[in-house]
Amino acid sequence: MREIKVSEITDKIKNMCIDVNLNLSDDMRSALKEASQEEDSELGKHILKQLEKNLEIASSENIPICQDTGMAVIFLEIGQDVHLTGGSLEAAINEGVRQGYTEGYLRKSVVSDPLIRKNTGDNTPAVIHEKIVDGDKIKITLAPKGFGSENMSRVFMLKPAEGIEGVKNAVLTAVKDAGPNACPPMVVGVGIGGDFEKCAILAKLALTRKVNESSEIQYVAELEEELKEKINNTGIGPGGLGGKTTCLAVNINTYPTHIAGLPVAVNICCHVNRHISCIV
Amino acid sequence: MEIKLTSPIEKSRLSELRAGDMVSISGTIYTARDAAHKRMEEALSSGKDLPFDIKGNIIYYMGPSPAREGQVIGSAGPTTASRMDKYTPKLLDLGLAAMIGKGKRTPEVHEAIIRNGAVYFAAIGGAGALLSKCIKECEVIAYEDLGTEAIRKLRVEDFPCIVVIDSTGEDLYLK
Ligand code: SF4
Repeated sequence: MREIKVSEITDKIKNMCIDVNLNLSDDMRSALKEASQEEDSELGKHILKQLEKNLEIASSENIPICQDTGMAVIFLEIGQDVHLTGGSLEAAINEGVRQGYTEGYLRKSVVSDPLIRKNTGDNTPAVIHEKIVDGDKIKITLAPKGFGSENMSRVFMLKPAEGIEGVKNAVLTAVKDAGPNACPPMVVGVGIGGDFEKCAILAKLALTRKVNESSEIQYVAELEEELKEKINNTGIGPGGLGGKTTCLAVNINTYPTHIAGLPVAVNICCHVNRHISCIV
Repeated sequence: MEIKLTSPIEKSRLSELRAGDMVSISGTIYTARDAAHKRMEEALSSGKDLPFDIKGNIIYYMGPSPAREGQVIGSAGPTTASRMDKYTPKLLDLGLAAMIGKGKRTPEVHEAIIRNGAVYFAAIGGAGALLSKCIKECEVIAYEDLGTEAIRKLRVEDFPCIVVIDSTGEDLYLK
């Protein structure tokens, strides 16, 4: 049994909240750079260059990359040999978010009730997904999610007979409907299988995979490539104003499912696809 | 080529713009997003005045991140315009000249734009750090309790936008 103080989790989350909103990961940066070199549309190229400049200003002047610094989504992989001490884990996580969003001058975008809609003032609570795994460590992944793109995300409960073509149509439908609203170029996270909520969580988790890494399952990697090409042929382009850079990557996760079902979730993310991980 | 505009703005100036034109705006603009629009709607339906004179003015759909010491404003890029669609036709009919946001608008907004000779601009979504550099002054003028969603009066210099829906109803997203 390894003891971990929950205050350690608070500190990590606080620093991650600030860091992830100022600095985009290297894989995202290179993907944007590559896209701006390859874009044919003049306006599209201009927008991509502005986005690169935006990233530079964000890092060098400590201004968040985007004003929507997101709702804090947190994935925890907790080793079963870990003993957490010093208080409640959930409270410690939310304390990290509170400190990060307050001390980091990040926007508070969370309301306490979906219909009464009063801002909580500190961006808590976070959305927390926990998984118990082997070992005596904790892996924390933070992925603040902006809602311009989140609002364009969908779950489709397909019939098994619709097969892989049905999946492709579902993804393309969601992307076309999202269009300029999701701040393209997008990153598209897809979850296939599981049940209603499992596929949505798979899709969100897919967004935390590097954009230059493919699925380890060969047919899935091929599907990712094919969908990326199809999405880039829609012509939506940077900012939705035309061009061939509509998405930087399609990341797909799969899971076993029921004999009667083929759930597909499409979690759309913008070019400000923020994610950061650490191991405690 | 970039067209220079100043705000507040005459409708006659807006009628010269075409979908796809790149413009840069200087002058005064006002921020309002979901919660502020809801309050403005409530003010109007109870016969009260809006917190600022919208005639000839531009609304920027934006809720900034907080400013650090020495900064005018934090990150300040556009939010999705469609969430304001429900409220927009009424504001256009009252004289609102233009809006800055990102994303598609409803047919009702298109019609109100044509009816009033207004314009819908897009700013680059997700470029809030870059766009904040064009904001020279910022003052909360109404609904302060809404935090980031309060109405702010901004003085902008060379704020870059693209005409998405022009006063004839031509829509760059649909081209
Ligand atoms: S969709 Fe992404 S880039 Fe666009 S405003 Fe929201 S967080 Fe920012």
